[in-house]
Amino acid sequence: MIQVNNLHKKFGKNEVLKGITTEIKEKEVVCVIGPSGSGKSTFLRCLNLLEPVTSGNVKIGDVDLTDADVDINQVRTEVGMVFQQFELFPHKKVIDNITLAPIQVKKMKKTEAEELALQLLVKVGLEDKANAYPESLSGGQKQRVAIARALAMQPKMMLFDEPTSALDPEMVGEVLAVMKQLAQEGMTMVVVTHEMGFAREMGDRVIFMDEGLIVEDDIPEEVFTNAKQERTKEFLSKVL
Amino acid sequence: MRLVTRDVKKVNLGDINNWFIENFNMDWSVVVDYKGYFIEGFFLTIQLTTVGIIFGLIIGLILGLMRVSGNRWLIRPAQIYVDIFRGTPLLLQILAIHKAVLPTLADLVGLDAPSSVTSAFVALSLNAGAYIAEIFRGGIQSIDKGQMEAARSLGMSYAQAMRFVILPQAFKRMLPPLGNEFIALMKDSSLVMVIAVHEITYAASTASKNTFEVWTPYIVAGVMYLFLTYILSRIVAYLERRYSTSQ
Repeated sequence: MIQVNNLHKKFGKNEVLKGITTEIKEKEVVCVIGPSGSGKSTFLRCLNLLEPVTSGNVKIGDVDLTDADVDINQVRTEVGMVFQQFELFPHKKVIDNITLAPIQVKKMKKTEAEELALQLLVKVGLEDKANAYPESLSGGQKQRVAIARALAMQPKMMLFDEPTSALDPEMVGEVLAVMKQLAQEGMTMVVVTHEMGFAREMGDRVIFMDEGLIVEDDIPEEVFTNAKQERTKEFLSKVL
Repeated sequence: MRLVTRDVKKVNLGDINNWFIENFNMDWSVVVDYKGYFIEGFFLTIQLTTVGIIFGLIIGLILGLMRVSGNRWLIRPAQIYVDIFRGTPLLLQILAIHKAVLPTLADLVGLDAPSSVTSAFVALSLNAGAYIAEIFRGGIQSIDKGQMEAARSLGMSYAQAMRFVILPQAFKRMLPPLGNEFIALMKDSSLVMVIAVHEITYAASTASKNTFEVWTPYIVAGVMYLFLTYILSRIVAYLERRYSTSQ
């Protein structure tokens, strides 16, 4: 579903991604782990071209995102993204956060969009917050709304950029629960995370990145108990 | 006033006026004689300010968006525009626009030279646009980058993200500086008297020149400006309240 081929990304002279090649299959849940500065967030952000790539290519289905003719807005409607800092729109109520893109981008009718939004709020357990403003929500609630907002575009896959890193510990569980449910429903997911428990339990594959390269790419059991690379073992010994 | 009431039993306006004439050399009857000028000036100042605000906002929005576009072919012209209009005196701009720029342009397209009021509208709008552009730029840049990314990640175009996500948030933060700019614009509109636009200051100056009365016309003009800036600041305060409760 996603094919990444020799992806390089430079910020000025600083090369953050030094040639990433991997493939993510439909319905696969891939967790990306690694120390900070390893390029894992940048890698994720290249998958919907929030970061323009320096060289190499990213294909989603048959579409090469690095092709200049690609309608990137169209591609992004099919790739949901959830951010570390939630990035809800503070001037809009929860329900309007969710319906904005379906109405403006997909030209969905308002009533239809609101119906969809309410279904999604039920799904993330926040149907009673439809008319609240984001500032009145806890971090965990904000992130669940952000997931509902991304799902409202009915994407084919979801990207999660450290979705629980900004949360108080007691709120991590509620967000992970929603993500688990999504995974079980067969959503294709790429999750940059520090939650090793989630990666181990829900990941079909775990990618360990360091210094802009994929160091290890295997099923979770192998990565966590039988890592082949020294750097992976070293990293895991620090975080587990 | 208390002096008057103690000294004279019967009080009437003529007595008060005489008291001012004797003690301060102020003659209020000038204001009555020239009230037509003052009324005309009052409404013209309102018009100048309103037109300046509306076109200043339009010009400022366009230039502000150019400044944050990330495209240097848009950024540079906007920057040059702002530099010119912020870096030269408004008085000079008014004179140049009325005497040189607009007559030349009108001549090129075969029109009559514009009236001084038209020149005043143009000069104030262009000048306000430069300042408002900077307010827009600052407002837009104060919104966290993540907001734009979140909107774009949902498939929204840059323009949609600006319109529905960035600008509404930026506008709220822009209101206090915009209020200052609107009030400054109203006061700066007095400068167009140099091209004989009959606004408040022109009325005061004319009344004073014709009657040799130096106090009362200017006091009346000052009170008119105070009244108008007070109203304007109330409107801005109301908008600030409305936008802060809608969040």
